Formats: sequence, C-alpha cells, structure tokens
Amino acid sequence: MKYAALLLLALALPVQAGSKIIATGGATSIEGAAGGGIVPWAVINGYASSEQWSVLAFNNNVGVDDFSLHTYGVAASYNNEWELSFTRQQFDLDTLGGDLQQDVIGLKYHIAGELLYSQLPQLSAGIQYKKHRNFALPSAVGAKDDSDIDYYLAASKVYFAAVAGRNLLLNATLRASRANQIGLLGFGSHSDNSYQWLVESSAAVLLTPQLAVGVEFRQKPNQLDFADEQHWRDIFAAWFINKNFSLVGGYVDLGRIAGFSEQQGYYLALEATW
Amino acid sequence: MTVKQTPLLVALLLCLSLSACSQQPQKTDQLYLALGAQAGLEQLVDGLLLEIEQDQQIVHHFQDTDIPRFRRLLIEQLCELSGGPCTYTGATMQESHTGFQISQADFDNLVTHLMTVMQRQKIDIKAQNQLLALLAPMYKDVVYR
Repeated sequence: MKYAALLLLALALPVQAGSKIIATGGATSIEGAAGGGIVPWAVINGYASSEQWSVLAFNNNVGVDDFSLHTYGVAASYNNEWELSFTRQQFDLDTLGGDLQQDVIGLKYHIAGELLYSQLPQLSAGIQYKKHRNFALPSAVGAKDDSDIDYYLAASKVYFAAVAGRNLLLNATLRASRANQIGLLGFGSHSDNSYQWLVESSAAVLLTPQLAVGVEFRQKPNQLDFADEQHWRDIFAAWFINKNFSLVGGYVDLGRIAGFSEQQGYYLALEATW
Repeated sequence: MTVKQTPLLVALLLCLSLSACSQQPQKTDQLYLALGAQAGLEQLVDGLLLEIEQDQQIVHHFQDTDIPRFRRLLIEQLCELSGGPCTYTGATMQESHTGFQISQADFDNLVTHLMTVMQRQKIDIKAQNQLLALLAPMYKDVVYR
C-alpha cells in the first residue's frame, strides 16, 4: 500500500529534480541518512546542486527470520551541503510478538571534497538524534536510556572506470554510538554507558549510470548483557529509475538479535525524490 | 640504492600516493578511437551543443560565445585529451571560464548532458567513464571562477 502511494506520488509529480548527476544522492539508509541500506554515506540526499532544494520520501523494509523492520520518513537537502531527515522505525518482533518503535532525526553537513570532481573524497559529518517510543522492553533487558545521539564522519568517492571500465564508489564511515541494535534496544547499559567508535563501509560498482551493485559492512557494539549483538552485512542492487524514483533490493545478514541467531533476509527500499 | 634510481622511486611514490597515474593524459589513441575518432567527437560536440541550447539554466553562459569557434576548440580539446592526433589551441580551462560565475549546478547540468549524448551515441561504457575521468578534474578550474 505504501509502495503504491509512493509510486503514484512519484508518477504524479515528475517535476524536475535538481541538477546533480543521477545516483549521486545515493539511496536512503534505514536511519534516514543518504547512503546505502545500513550505512550513511558522505553524499547529500536527493539531487539538489548549488543553491537548489530537494525533498524526498522513503520506505525501507527488512525481513529476517524472526524480525522485520519497516522504516519510513521524509528528508530534505539544500545546496548539496545540508541534509535533514525524519524517520520512524518500526521493528516487529515476529516470533516473540509485539513491536518496538523509534524516531530518528538526522542532520548531515557536507564539509569538503566533491564525490565526482575532486581528488579528495567527499567528506561529511552527521548526527542522528534517536528517541525510543516504547522503552519498556529495552529497559527490561538492561538498556539505560531511551534517547541518545549518534555522531559520524563519512568519506565517499567515485573512481571512474575503476572496475572493468565501470565506476566504483567507495565509502568509509566512522560512528560514535551508544545504541543497542541501532537504538531499537535503547542506549547504553547499566554496566557500560560509554560511546564506542564503530567502522562502517560500503563499496558499489555502477554497472550503468543508473544501476549499482554493492556490499556493506556495519560494525556493531555489544553492550547489553542479555544477548549478543553482531556486525551487520548486506549485498544490494540499486536501480535509479530516474531522478524521481529509486528502488533498492538486497540480502542482509544481521547476525544475532535478542538471542535469535543467524538473522538473514531481504532488504527492499523505495524512494521518491523531487 | 644509487642516485640514478631515486627519481624513479620518487615518481613511483608520488604515483601511488596521489594516484597521479590515472590522471595522466592517455598515451594511446584507444579512447579517441572508442569515442569514434574525429567523426564521433564532432557528433558528440554537436549533440552537446543541442542539449546546451535547450537548457535554460546554462544557455545564457553562451550568449556571447562564438559557437563555431567553441565547437572547433572543444572537438580539438576532446581529441587531444583522448589521445587523438590533435593539439588543443584554446585557452586553459581556468582562463576561459573566469568571470562566467559558473555554479556547481551548471557544471552538473553539463556533465549530465555529456552523459546523455554519450549514451545516445552508444559509446562503450568504459570509454564514457574514461572520458568522464579526464574531464572531472577540470571542475576546480571551471566552477566559481
């Protein structure tokens, strides 16, 4: 239903997007930042180039063995410099029953470098303010806080004709976080409430200017005593149908979540941009 | 290590650290040929001029431009860049763009037009990307001059 609504919206408003080159706004990650699926990149979302605005709506879905995550939100960018996003995440506990919800407000600033045009990679800094909406369960399993801020630095660069004549995008992100399972299980714990530095990275090959395939890795902390948390990985294909619409499909491995091991499954994201 | 080997080593290190290797002009005419040689470049530039003409955002930058001369110089420049048998006789990118107040959005539009025309001409994707690799670094000499 949400897909249909997004699709209709995209088709009904095929107005000009901004000037940026197709695909250079990336997709939208599950926390609302422009990036891949699970990693924020240094790119600014949408197609707003200098002195232009861009707005977008997105919906991401992850379905693994015992859980599913549905996120939806809106975002805006200006001048290929500022990015603001509002995201609601709903994490369904398919096997246990019930769900957890969290809101994420993200802000990203493009500091230096140009993804396509400079030798220096594009560098951006971002924050994600996260607020849990039903904290009883995270609290019961030992999380300390129901809200917190993640900070990250990201570097992204496209290397032309790098792999079999195709363009290659490399991204590295360094995040400081106290979030348990990205915040869905709250923040910090009573035994360990310090920020941790986490490394995240993505690599994607643009088979054509509109079609990319890639891999991602996201290091995760492991602060809650009740259950191990493991690093996340995915492989994905992203189709930038035009500047108004993109579709990402993937396969994710989220490791162990709340005692359930080998959580693997699909990733599907849709985005409409103006 | 002898003194003679040092410059080679320095060059190699520079190459590795700055990835200067990939930025150097083509030493063969492979790209020139993949772009369709002289006829292909003429078609490419003509296609680009048509795209520019229809782009309200950037066309005003060309209102005082001598289009036949611009066309000839751009073909010449692309020919030289891609390893063809030409010598570019125009001004440097910095000289020819200073004072035009070309924005990043203008530059992005031009790149999009170039990509559109290359795709329309069915130029091999590797050659498309190699040409973009040669043109992308000109951004700093063109934008906000």
